[in-house]
Formats: sequence, structure tokens, C-alpha cells
Amino acid sequence: MSTIFLFAILLMGFVITFQIAKASEYVGILKGEKKNNEQNNRINGFLMIVFLVLGLIGVYWCNELFKGKILGKAASDHGEKIDSMLYITIAITGVVFFITQILLFWFSFKYQYSEKRKGYYFPHNNKLEVIWTVVPAIALTVLVGFGLMYWYQITGEAPKNAMEVEVTGKQFNWIFRYPGKDNVFGNKYYKNISDAENNSLGLLWDDPKTHDDIVVTNTMYLVVNQPVKLIINSRDVIHDVGLVAFRMKMDAVPGTPTTMWFTPKYTTQEMKKMTNNPDFEYEISCDQMCGKSHFSMKGTVQVVSPEEFILWRAKQVPNYAQVMKDKMPSTPAADSVKTTAVNMPAKLVATN
Amino acid sequence: MSTDSTIHGTGEVIVSHDTHDAGPEVHHHKETFITKYVFSQDHKMICKQFLITGMIWAILGGLMSVLFRLQLGYPDSTFPWLEDILGKWAKGGKIQPEAYYALITMHGTVLVFFVLTGGLSGTFANFLIPLQIGARDMASPFLNMLSYWFFWMASVVMLTSLFIETGPASGGWTVYPPLSALGDANLGSKGGMDYWITGMALFVVSSLLGGLNYITTILNMRTKGMSMTRLPLTIWAILFTAILGVLSFPVLLSGLILLLFDRHAGTSFYLSDIFISATQKALPNEGGSPILYQHLFWFLGHPEVYIIILPAMGLVSEVMAINSRKPIFGYMAMVGSLMAITILAFLVWAHHMFVTGLNPFLGSVFVLLTLLIAVPSAIKVFNWLTTLWRGNIRFTPAMLFAIGFVSMFISGGLTGVFLGNSTLDIHLHDTMFIVAHFHIVMGVSAFLGMFCGVYHWFPKMYGRYMNNTMAYIHFWVTFAGAYLIFWPMHYEGLAGLPRRYMDYSGWSSFNQFGGLNRFISTVSMVVFAVQLMFVFNFFYSIFKGRKVISKNPWQANTLEWTTPIRPGHGNWPGEIPEVHRWAYDYGKDGKEFILQTEPLGADEQHH
Repeated sequence: MSTIFLFAILLMGFVITFQIAKASEYVGILKGEKKNNEQNNRINGFLMIVFLVLGLIGVYWCNELFKGKILGKAASDHGEKIDSMLYITIAITGVVFFITQILLFWFSFKYQYSEKRKGYYFPHNNKLEVIWTVVPAIALTVLVGFGLMYWYQITGEAPKNAMEVEVTGKQFNWIFRYPGKDNVFGNKYYKNISDAENNSLGLLWDDPKTHDDIVVTNTMYLVVNQPVKLIINSRDVIHDVGLVAFRMKMDAVPGTPTTMWFTPKYTTQEMKKMTNNPDFEYEISCDQMCGKSHFSMKGTVQVVSPEEFILWRAKQVPNYAQVMKDKMPSTPAADSVKTTAVNMPAKLVATN
Repeated sequence: MSTDSTIHGTGEVIVSHDTHDAGPEVHHHKETFITKYVFSQDHKMICKQFLITGMIWAILGGLMSVLFRLQLGYPDSTFPWLEDILGKWAKGGKIQPEAYYALITMHGTVLVFFVLTGGLSGTFANFLIPLQIGARDMASPFLNMLSYWFFWMASVVMLTSLFIETGPASGGWTVYPPLSALGDANLGSKGGMDYWITGMALFVVSSLLGGLNYITTILNMRTKGMSMTRLPLTIWAILFTAILGVLSFPVLLSGLILLLFDRHAGTSFYLSDIFISATQKALPNEGGSPILYQHLFWFLGHPEVYIIILPAMGLVSEVMAINSRKPIFGYMAMVGSLMAITILAFLVWAHHMFVTGLNPFLGSVFVLLTLLIAVPSAIKVFNWLTTLWRGNIRFTPAMLFAIGFVSMFISGGLTGVFLGNSTLDIHLHDTMFIVAHFHIVMGVSAFLGMFCGVYHWFPKMYGRYMNNTMAYIHFWVTFAGAYLIFWPMHYEGLAGLPRRYMDYSGWSSFNQFGGLNRFISTVSMVVFAVQLMFVFNFFYSIFKGRKVISKNPWQANTLEWTTPIRPGHGNWPGEIPEVHRWAYDYGKDGKEFILQTEPLGADEQHH
């Protein structure tokens, strides 16, 4: 009912506008074309300056409204570089923006039609044209210079002490793999993937290096102040590991692993305090259209202290052990020993 | 130019059957309804066909955006009437994810290709080339007709895809594989994707037939005295647009054909190492690379944005000079910058791919080339500003849209400097920032340029004026509305909100903009309603608009204003006029304007 009402109002508004428009056309004819044009010119010239003033106020107001909601503290070293690049760019483009927009509307207002004025025949001027070729070129050189400097720092080789984590995107969640004690990822082959057999990455069990690989979903644990190199894969379509708080992003491409590295600077707990937001989470968003649940393909990152990380990792049962356990319901002795060993630190964490 | 007289001669031979007696109204062949309005070979009629088809698409494409904005603005509400019109796609009055993604995909496809390429280039290239260079029609009126009818067929196929059971393509307008290649991974990648590829193939054919024709006509059929440097900037812009299209569309087509093979012939151009969760099956394909598709796609995709914006630049330059009553500033610089943009357009495609794992060194080359484009763009902006400076500006509706175009182009161009810089692109890639950027710089700008052209040349198309009051309302609401929609959207992007999300409420990082999203959705509906008013004004004015009584209502210099008020097939009743000067002698030697056909005075300086 309210929809019909809304449409009726819209239609009414339209009919009224149309009638006014038609009437003003007749009035225009009666007044004479010249006089009518002059009036239209004055109104629109005035609106130009009104638009400029309101626009500038709007730009300021919009910024006041939203500046607190964007760009919380960058939580990685690379993020800080990206933020400084952003501020440099905002400064330079901001100056250009205000100069050109103000000139545009100011000229439109100032040089609106007047019977007394004649257009000034000014077809070209080489000096002016050289100026506004060279000045933008210089400004852009500055931007390219800074940009590439940061770009090479960010995309350069990861430091030697970087921890490696493999991230795999699938419709519609994230899988993380840690190399385990040997610090080497075992081989995998996508045709071995079987969710039913608890082998979500297709690890090859005949490769002993896979045996200690830890596979978890949804939450990735990272160590504060330790560089991390993500090796990014996809199981099906293209995804993208979007880490907004770290300002990082990299596509997950099936068949072609990609990498990115960064150093988290604050633990999740620290961020909760710094942002005054007890619900703060480092979120992993999928930033590349990947299907119907693209918008809810969420993962989280827990940045923890080195000690907490060691405890967490000790608790994890390697994928291989889980699979073997599933296959053999009677638990071998060795396995139960491991379980108790793992349980102890868990208690420690709880009491902490 | 020494070849002008021969060129002029050829032009006459081709179409002389139309004109060698009483004028264009008298034809040797009989015009029936079919040959005049349907399978017409008159460039002016083909222009109108493109324009009106484009308008229908624009309404549909706009409506799609209203529907998905409804979801974005009000993610928790239900609208029972949506179920009435969309059926299962809006079960319970809520747009389903599959429908949402189909809507955004088709919105992009329709507006980028069918409205702002087909509708914009098709309309103004067809209308202005013969009229402004002094030709009776296109080099090949028949190919020209085919160009429209391929466009029409493409439209029919694309429209049909909206109604099939599994829905239209829904992997985003860039249709990246593997998502677009695998029906099991995405509902829209079943039948809808085949329709999409077929529709686009037909569209590419249309675009190539049109483009080749435009280039040939501009190079070969200029009237006597119309040297290249005397061409209005509209024609230069259209020439470069056509060159871009002819060189880049075939690459898209080849990319799509490989995609078709991957879909149906078992090839592995784009597919490798894929395990589909929905069916729990590993695909046999190994060794392909989805990145190859992205290279092929963006090799068209980037020139495509210039295919959209260059004609708008041309229209705006022309209208701005006419209504400032002074020459366009720096004509040669304007042509040079168009050419620079055209060349650079082919060298920047990989800036869409900074975060695909592209080699960082390659990325840095593309950063350099991308930001280089800002130089010719800056030249154009400053030249437009100087054209306004010390002019005597008449705010016709067309002029308002031209000024609006420059404002939008500045705003959108500057945010391009953010995104072209790979360092910032890491953070801003695929966020609402890019959505705001390209909507402003190629969506809204190109639309404003198109409106500018429609209002300016409507009197030449139909011999009547459009209603001014509605035009002014149309301009101010559209212009202000576009800023209200897209300016705050940059802030969402800076906060990292990914694009193509239908609901942000489940995210602690992205849920802070609920109020803003409602605001944007509301404004976009108002702006859409005003576009409907424009459409009404357009059709109403065709039949009831104020009649044009003088041949040259805007006191412009170019040749189209030397034709009769309602030119027939062949454009000029007698001889084709000869050109003696450039198109921009406004305010020269105390004269308001000097037609291009007027010979140079004895001691008059060539510009």
C-alpha cells in the first residue's frame, strides 16, 4: 500500500514539474527569447556559485563525519607506508582539486553572459600550455617516485626470519596451513583433495613432510612483530586475501601460488585497547568476486605474542594425525601420549 | 591539404544519385517505412536508432542499480513487491545473493558496453561525422546499417539472458574465469554465461563494423578545404575512439572465444588445479592460467574506458567553445592530448592487475605509464578552464552538462592518481573506492557528456528544442546527486569496504556505514527518477517541442548548421559546402561567430 502511495506521489510530482516546465516555456515565448535566455543565464550562473560554496561545505562536512570511521591505525609496517603514501597523494591531488574546481565554477559564474561582454579571442598560448604540461609532470614524478619506493619495499623479498603460512581460499572460507616442526610444507596435489576424508588441501601422505603440517580453518594465528610470508592459493575460483587492518591484499589464483609478506605490529588484544573496541577483530575479507557467498567469506587473524603462539601451535593436531585417527578408531598408545602433552598447555592458557 | 579535392570528388560520386536535381527530398529510389525507419541507411536515422536503443538499455541498467542499491541500503528489510516482479530471485521480498550478483553484473555490462559504448559512440559518431566533415553519408551506409542491427541482435541476446531459468551472467562485468567458466561454481555461469559471450561477440562485430566505417569516412570523405586540422574536436575524438575500438575489441573477442572453449570444449586455457566444493569433484584441467584471461580482457578493458570518455570529451569541447563564444583553447594541444591518451590507453592495462601476483617490476612499469596519462588529462582540463576564462558564457542545458562533465572529470581523474599508484592500489583495489572512482570518471562524466550532446544536437536531430526547465532540473539534480552518491563512497573505500558485497553487517571492520548506505540508495533513486524525466522530455519534445526556426540556433561555426533545419538523406540540398577555416572562429575580429564555410578575409590571420 505504501509503495503505491509512494508511486502516486512521485507521479504527482512529475506531473506538476511537467506543467511548470510547459508553462515556463510559454512564458518564455511571450517574454521573448532573448529576455528569457538572460534570465536563465542569471539563475544558472548564480546556481554555479551556490553549488561551489555548498559543495565545499559538503566536502568539509563529509570529512568531519567520516574521518573517524576510515583508516584506523595501520597494524603492519607496510600499512604505515601505504598510509603515508595516501597522505602524500591526498595532499597533492587535494591542492589540484580545490584549484581546478574553484576556477571552474568561479569562471562559469564570473563570465556568464552579459550584453556588454564579448568572448575574448584567445586560441592558444604556448607558454601557458608548457606550464601545465610540465607542472603536472613534475607532481606526478614525485608521486611515482614515492609510490615505487614503497612498492619495492612492500613487494620485495620477505626477510629471512619470516614465518611462512599457506593460505588457501575456497568457496566460501579460508584454510591455513603451518609447516609444522620441520618448517617445510609437504607436497600436495589438488586431485587428492577430499573433504570427506579430512584432506581439504590434497596433501600427499606418502610425502613424510606432510605429516606434521597443521591445517586449520577460519582463524589464522600470527606472531606480533615477526614478519610473516603468506603463500596464497585457491582451490576453485579466484579469491583475494584482503587484510584491511594491515592494508594488505593479494589474489588467490588457482594453479598459480602468490605471496605477500608483512609484519603485524600489534596483537589483537592491543588493538582492542587501542581502538577502544572490545569486539575488534583482524578480519580477512575476500576482495575478489568469487560467487554467491562472496560477501560473507570471512576469516580472522589472531595476532598473539610468541609465547601464546607456541602454546597454540602445540595444541594443534597435524592433519595427518587427524586422518590416521579417523581411519583407526582404536587409539594407539603413541597418540594418546601426544594428546595429553597437548592438553597441558591448554590449561595454562586458560589460567592465564 | 592537397588531396582534399580528390577526396571531395570521391564523396560526391558515391552519393550523387541523391542530389543531382531538386535536392535530398527527391529520391530516385522509393522510401518505404521499412527503408526509412527500420533498415535505414541514412546515418541520421541510424544515429537515432542507436540513441533510442541506448536509452532503453540505460533505463534497464539504471533500474538494476536501483534494485541492488535497495538491498545495499536496506539489507534487513523485505520488499514484498520485489517478489512480485522478480519471483524466485527475490524470495520473501529479499533479493537473493544470486540475483544480487546477476544484477551488478548486468548493470555493469549494460552500461559499459550497450549504453556508453554502443549508445554514445553509435549515436554521435553516426550523427556528427558526415554532418561535420561535409559528407552526404558514411563511407558505407550499408555496413553502418549492419552495425546497428548487430547491436540490436546483441541487445536481444543479452536481454534474453535475463529471463532464462538459471539467470544471466553473475560473475561481475569482467567475467573472470574460473568463476565464469564453471557452472557448478556459480549459477550465473551456466546458460547465462553463454548468452553473455554470444551477446558480446555480436556487440564486438557491431562495434568493428561501425568503427571501420567511422575511420574510413573521416579519413576519406572530408569536404573540400576540410583539412584534418580544421576538423571540430568532436570528430577528432570520434576518430581516436574508433581506432581504439578497432584495435582492442578483437582481443576481447579472442579472450571470450578461449573462455567458450574452456566452458564447452574441455580446453584448459584459463583453468588449472580446481576442486569444486559444491560437487566435491576435482576437474581434469591443469596448466591453464586465469591471469591470461585478465590480460586479454584488460587489453580491451582499459582502452574501453577511453572509448567511453573520448567521445564525451569531444562533445564537451565543441559545446564549451560554442557557448563560451570563444575558440577552444589550445586546439592542437587538445588533439595532441587525445592522441597521447589513445596511445597510452594500450600501455596501461595491467594496472587492473597489481594484486594478482604480477611481477612487481612489471607493476612498476605500469605505474609509470598509468600516471603518465594524467599529463594529457591535465592539459585537457586546463584548456577547458581557459576556454571558459573571459568567455561570454550562455548556460544552455548543453553547456551546463559540459561544465558538469569537467567537474566530474577532475574529481574522478584525481582519484585515478590514487589507484594508478600500485602502493595505494594494494589497499584500495576492489574496494568501494574504485567503484566511486570509475563511476565518477567514466560513468557519470560520460553520461553528462552524452546529455550535453543530446541537448545540443537535439534541434538538429528533430527540428525542435527540448524543454529547458526540465533540462535545468535534470542537470542540477543529476549533477548534485552524482556527487552525493559517489563522493562519500570514497570514504567507504578508504575504510576498505570490498566491492560486490551485498551486506556488510556481518563484518566488524565494515559495518560502520549503514546510515551512509541508506543515504546513497535514497539519492540514487531520486537521480534515477530524474533520468526518467529526461526520457520523457526527449520523447515529448520530438513531437511537441518548440520548433526550431533558424538554421543555426546556437550560432555555431560547424557545417551541420548549414544544412536545412530538417535535413534529408544527403544532408545538403545543393552542393556540399566548401570549408575555408577551422571550426572555432568565435569572437574573432569583433564577429560573434564565423561559419567554417566563410572564406578568409583579405588580411585575416589563419588561426
